[in-house]
Amino acid sequence: MNSALQTNQNGNSFLLEVAQTSGETIQACYQCQKCSAGCPVAYAMDILPNQVLRHIQYDHREKVLSSNTIWICASCYACSVRCPNNIDIAKIMDILRSLAIRSGIKPGEKEIPLFHSVFLDAIKSKGRMHELSLLIQLKFKTKDFFKDAGLGWKMYRKGKIKLFPSKFGGGREIKEIFNAFEKGERK
Amino acid sequence: MKEISYYPGCSLHGTAGEYDESIRGVSNLLDIRLHELEDWTCCGASSAHSTDEALAIDLAARNLAIAEKSDRDLLIPCVACYSRFKWAEKEFKERPEKIHFTYRGNVPIRYVLDFFCEGPILEEIKKKITKPLTGLKVVCYYGCLTVRPPKMTGIKEYENPQHMDHLMELIGAEPIPWSYKADCCGASLTLTRTDIVRRLSGKLLSMAKETEADCLVTGCPMCHSNLDTRQNELEKEVGENFNLPILYFTELLGLALGHKDTKKWLGHHITDPMKVLGNKGLI
Repeated sequence: MNSALQTNQNGNSFLLEVAQTSGETIQACYQCQKCSAGCPVAYAMDILPNQVLRHIQYDHREKVLSSNTIWICASCYACSVRCPNNIDIAKIMDILRSLAIRSGIKPGEKEIPLFHSVFLDAIKSKGRMHELSLLIQLKFKTKDFFKDAGLGWKMYRKGKIKLFPSKFGGGREIKEIFNAFEKGERK
Repeated sequence: MKEISYYPGCSLHGTAGEYDESIRGVSNLLDIRLHELEDWTCCGASSAHSTDEALAIDLAARNLAIAEKSDRDLLIPCVACYSRFKWAEKEFKERPEKIHFTYRGNVPIRYVLDFFCEGPILEEIKKKITKPLTGLKVVCYYGCLTVRPPKMTGIKEYENPQHMDHLMELIGAEPIPWSYKADCCGASLTLTRTDIVRRLSGKLLSMAKETEADCLVTGCPMCHSNLDTRQNELEKEVGENFNLPILYFTELLGLALGHKDTKKWLGHHITDPMKVLGNKGLI
């Protein structure tokens, strides 16, 4: 965090924000591109992982937070373990996603953030994930009712789809965790 | 009898039911008693850590706090859950103020594959083998979070892990070396960017097929689902015939240890493994 302060004389706010929240020394990136070379989903990204780091260094907040890259990242950690400067890039992607949600900037991917919000709503109300309920909720949001319908039927016949959840859990404690999150009390 | 706490996680109560049943079945044969964590809740993966760090930490920490009420280790079969629990443990050590539950960082968190690959349990498995899996060629697929990042998993050979291969060797199977052991299958993008999962999982299946393995073995419910359920679609798309059974390592343990329910567990897979295993005289 100190290095971010020292190397940026202009009071670079986005760099500072990402560096402080993640605890990672983003300024250490010297663009060797090893992260992007080994990223299995780089082909689907609009800006590459090494470019994300460069844009952060340049304070390009909107460019980064509106990219599809931060949503496409599958959190496989190949980049993080290969970075010669020990920058945990996958962790930075997590931080960028949370900043993007709070920023109000239009996300570069439509369905992925939608999926996350449907998923969290489900845990908030039941404590556990019931896959079929999640799928139905997601389909109501995306209006794509036929995608994977055939596969769903096959899985049902193989006994893989549970029609009813086994049990719910968490009760009041889960509600408290989510209340604190929604009010932004815990950082 | 070894006693251990057990956090199944949501998938194992749903689409990965056979993984849950095979873990319970094999543990029973090895004199390991599983205590399912009381009132456990979802760890939040992958949506919570993609949305808010504090939320992700507390969702995992709540379960760790429950586990800490006993002095048993905590066994976790899903690698997404495992990764989140290890993350919360690390956060507690570095920034304890982030945890809002009574948790002191004293629960050893164990991933099921690592647990079954340990010395004393390997000895126990060796003693109890009734049907060695002779002639069965397997590729071991570890996926991402079982090995990465090593600061969480403690796995030293994270680019070329070996422990599942050794376990398969122990029960008589023939593990084939390949380069895709720890590559990503696309994970939770399966419902949203299915095209990416198809591409990544398709590559894995192609490469596994090229080794002429009879089946692919995994210990991750998400990898299992991505690789097992979409083979038909992929065949139509790339014109390659896969038909490669995807098995949980615990199912193969069940087979080698002669668990009576193994056939039932294997019956839940979309890509039918019965023919391959039947041809080898294993079922």
